[in-house]
Amino acid sequence: MKARHERIALIVGGILALGLITGLVLYALQDNISLFYSPTEVKSGKAPRDRAFRIGGLVEAGSLVRQPDGVSVHFVVTDTVERVTVQYKGILPDLFREGKGAVAQGKLTGEDVFVAHEVLAKHDENYMPPEVAQSLEKAHREGVGKAAGTPAP
Amino acid sequence: MPNWFKYSAPVAFYPLAGRMIPVFWALALLFGIPGLWLGLAVAPVDFQQGEAYRILFVHVGVAWMAMFIYLVMAFWAAIGLAFNTRLSGMMALALAPTGTLFAFLTLWTGALWGKPMWGAWWVWDARLTSSLILLFLYIGFIALTRAIDDPRRSDKAGAILLLVGVVNVPIIYFSVKWWNTLHQGASLSLAKGASISPLMLWSMLLCALALWMYTIAVALTRARLLILERERNTEWVRALLSPA
Repeated sequence: MKARHERIALIVGGILALGLITGLVLYALQDNISLFYSPTEVKSGKAPRDRAFRIGGLVEAGSLVRQPDGVSVHFVVTDTVERVTVQYKGILPDLFREGKGAVAQGKLTGEDVFVAHEVLAKHDENYMPPEVAQSLEKAHREGVGKAAGTPAP
Repeated sequence: MPNWFKYSAPVAFYPLAGRMIPVFWALALLFGIPGLWLGLAVAPVDFQQGEAYRILFVHVGVAWMAMFIYLVMAFWAAIGLAFNTRLSGMMALALAPTGTLFAFLTLWTGALWGKPMWGAWWVWDARLTSSLILLFLYIGFIALTRAIDDPRRSDKAGAILLLVGVVNVPIIYFSVKWWNTLHQGASLSLAKGASISPLMLWSMLLCALALWMYTIAVALTRARLLILERERNTEWVRALLSPA
């Protein structure tokens, strides 16, 4: 009976210790684990200047401009606080929309323009039929639906 | 109340498992057929992703089960180490192939979904990377237990690996909360409720339940075979297998 209790204590203690160690390691590596920097972090100089990184946020509504060649675009990525202009030459993913999330990989040039060589679309966790999305949007525009983002019953 | 502990003895568990297997196969079909039918034929299209979101009905179920099976294996590992029960090691071994399969399917269906939606098969974000580590943990567990011939030592080594790896499961689950990831957050949470329309939610839950029932059925089948193999020198197995 005694030995069994010792083993249980050892297992529980071991898992707790391991959890604590992992937690501390992950906390220390936080900056490296995050996939992208937000525009605020970029503006405040947290993002590296000299090497490639990813920037992520919402594509600002009305900011997407296509060049005459059809494949060069630029748009603004925002976290609703700061804005960063992103230049990209290539095909944008189907889900890439203004007002939706995007993650771009590339480098920062001198005058705070981000030159991307890859742009990925980041969608949210909401799934609903188009009619529900439309009525939500309508309600939101009329200022009735404060709970945009939750599907109607 | 019946004495459940008696079923921790292989001789009592073997016939019980045999009776339970058809029940769980029936439940898997009972949940799976309406789940897939609702998900693939009845549920509405998604406002952003159109028809392509329907891979969710497989992806979410296998991802949940890949994490859950690992937790169950770790539970058996802890029981085995603490109480020295023979059956616990066999349960962990019996669940491992299905867990590996589901961990692989999670990454595979995720890649198939990621390419058209995000624009990439793979990114090294925290959710995807920790899910890959889960697959490696499963493969490592199978390799380690197969490498040691003595069942008691093999079970013990496997159990320690399982318990060490268990920290990865909460990391997978909360990765989308703790860090910036390309993978979206949870559509189903206790705090926020469901951010997925009801019909989609029900099909998703039915499919996940079906995978759960399937997992129990195949794991019990494997556990029975392991019992026969490991207990082959006992009288009851000899009696069972001898042509009467």
